Amino acid sequence: MPSKVEGWKDEVYGAEIREHLFEFAEQGWEAIPDDEHDAWFERFKWWGLYHQRSGQESYFMMRIGTPNGVLEPGQLQAVGEIADEYARGPADNPEFGGAYCDWTTRQSIQLHWIRIEDVPAIFEKLEANGLSTIQACGDSWRNIVGCPVAGKDKHEHIDAWPIAEELHEEFKGNDAYSNMPRKWKVSVTGCDQGCGQGDINDLAFEPARKEIDGEEITGFNVRIGGGLSRKEPRFARDIDVFCTPEEASDISAGMSALFRDHGDRDNRFNARIKFLVDEWGPEKIRDTLQDEYIDYELETAGEDLRENYTYNAGHDEVHGDHVGVHEQPDGNYYVGLNVLVGRMGAADTLELADLAEKYGSGETRLTQRQNVILTDIPEENLDDLLAEPLLEDYSPDPHPFMRGSIACTGTEFCSLSIVETKNRQVRYARWLKDNVELPADMMDFHVHLSGCTASCAQPQIADISLRGMKSRKDDDVVEAFDIGLGGGLGENPHFADWIEMRVPADEVPGYIGNLLDVFEAEREEEESFREFIAARDEEELGELADPEETDYEDPYMHNTKQTWYPYAEDDDMEGRPTPARADGTPISADD
Amino acid sequence: MTIEVHTLDDGAWISVNNERRISVSQLWRLATHDFCPCDEADVLVEAFREVGVSYPSIEARIVGECIKCGTDGVTDWVSVGRAIDGDFYPVVPESVHFPG
Ligand code: HEM
Ligand code: SF4
Ligand SMILES: [Zn+2]
Repeated sequence: MPSKVEGWKDEVYGAEIREHLFEFAEQGWEAIPDDEHDAWFERFKWWGLYHQRSGQESYFMMRIGTPNGVLEPGQLQAVGEIADEYARGPADNPEFGGAYCDWTTRQSIQLHWIRIEDVPAIFEKLEANGLSTIQACGDSWRNIVGCPVAGKDKHEHIDAWPIAEELHEEFKGNDAYSNMPRKWKVSVTGCDQGCGQGDINDLAFEPARKEIDGEEITGFNVRIGGGLSRKEPRFARDIDVFCTPEEASDISAGMSALFRDHGDRDNRFNARIKFLVDEWGPEKIRDTLQDEYIDYELETAGEDLRENYTYNAGHDEVHGDHVGVHEQPDGNYYVGLNVLVGRMGAADTLELADLAEKYGSGETRLTQRQNVILTDIPEENLDDLLAEPLLEDYSPDPHPFMRGSIACTGTEFCSLSIVETKNRQVRYARWLKDNVELPADMMDFHVHLSGCTASCAQPQIADISLRGMKSRKDDDVVEAFDIGLGGGLGENPHFADWIEMRVPADEVPGYIGNLLDVFEAEREEEESFREFIAARDEEELGELADPEETDYEDPYMHNTKQTWYPYAEDDDMEGRPTPARADGTPISADD
Repeated sequence: MTIEVHTLDDGAWISVNNERRISVSQLWRLATHDFCPCDEADVLVEAFREVGVSYPSIEARIVGECIKCGTDGVTDWVSVGRAIDGDFYPVVPESVHFPG
């Protein structure tokens, strides 16, 4: 039997949702009939609006999809202005203030505390600046990701940006692919370092070359069915197809139609294409694609470049996470700035937009490590840019613990969350920086923190993976983490091995410190952390270090999900100021 | 009185009559169960897999992990509340539940 969500989608879905959204916006939050909330909130996701968690009724998260993370000149300023004007809620965040932007692990932008009444004005401003929230969430083509410096990097095999842009144009708002069984995530990589993270996407185009009719063609190999969610992570699997740049659109259409028609619509837990690849195997996927969806003979896979992949490979990173100053092929420079846990206040965002205009072309880009890049900086502007005070907070040369930290949304806003995430990760990074020595040759150390098994912060591909859990400590229920070690991408990607389970959150920094002491003392010369972990079996890993309380203090040990907002002065669910009217006045239940 | 129940946001919560009533992230104690080896399991709810009505009881199958022993999986049907005259009365997660 088709799921509940499928029933709602049959009634209204896709582009037409917008009319309804605008109608509700005009009449106000209270116009959405109570008994239709669930159906409408599910549909609004298609237009990038995700209703925030319980306790925050009438407020939405808004996601803006920026293909390949590219923000054209002027767009960052528009986003900063929208955040400043509309992304303010009833309480401030103690680390980030009252209005902020999140740069996400899929090169998108998230704003919070958005009211439905403001949506038409926000859409108008976004669209006037060439931006959109279309299909940013929901069962459809999500934001297309890739190497964030596509077209600007010396390590390029092929400039994938025009292809990402073409797929974005073709498949966003395309009725034929607007109602999929589940989300559809695509990565297009042209860079030979592997930084498009194709391995964890539903459909991945990866750089390859092939001789066809005596001519060497530069293009892509196709992999299918990667993803990290639940406790079922998969790397995308090779379906033995080579694709020329001209064919990328046909093959994308074929693959997404195959998923549309054959994905599981009865059980959303089994719907992602990774499960269809498990069930069918790569050969049947390829045969079905060929027989039912592609009307010419598919080429077999070409020679890939995976052995060159250094991105998040645990060694020899060439341009690494793109943070720092790097020369472009045209002689200009791009400067990648570290944004701790991907969150930037609206005022800082506006200042960054000014710097992009003043010193570069005005273009900025978002990475899959929640950071930002300013591009097209002429050499003569570099010193002045690097001397700007904003770069003290968003450094091109950050401490490895600051650089490596990624965190998802967590209990601040997310329904699925188990624990608090971003503010805690900020505190972890600061404590580690002040208290733990890293070997001098380590520039980067990845700690990815996710508030639940959905894995939005991509914990399984980090040196240290943290996944939200609960535990009991001195009889109290406390927020905790499962800790995994030694994950990463590269030629042979590897998911972290889960080693320490249900560690109370205040003992995690102590554990990481103890572990790194052992690493420093016992590593072979030049051995990377990932190699060090790979060289040991599970039992040895379990004995390496113990969790420990230290002088690290964690203000979020209590059950933050049971509050209406974890950082509010009065955080009690009963006294919450939600739902609220457009002007912020709470609507009481007995109104 | 009909009662409308479903899970949403990938099982993040159970909606009863279109209102979010029960959410993931709490610990539920289970007795006489076959979820894990513990006499009394202490299960962190990570998602609600399915929800149904066995009038007047509203029941769900929980995706979770016992924090005592680390077993993870899906539970048998657990009562999450009762519907009386169209109103929903949730159980207290921290009390002891008997799946079956
Ligand atoms: C139904 C519940 C949700 C599920 C199952 C889910 C699952 C996921 C997964 C699997 C990813 C990507 C990891 C990968 O690369 O494979 C992701 C990305 C992300 N999710 Fe969620 N998520 C959910 C709800 C939310 C909510 C409510 C928020 C915030 C309010 C959120 C924020 C994010 C962010 C920031 C990312 C990375 C960025 C992006 O997609 O652009 N998620 N999610
Ligand atoms: S990983 Fe879980 S807690 Fe974090 S944003 Fe994703 S769904 Fe929410
Ligand atoms: Zn147990």
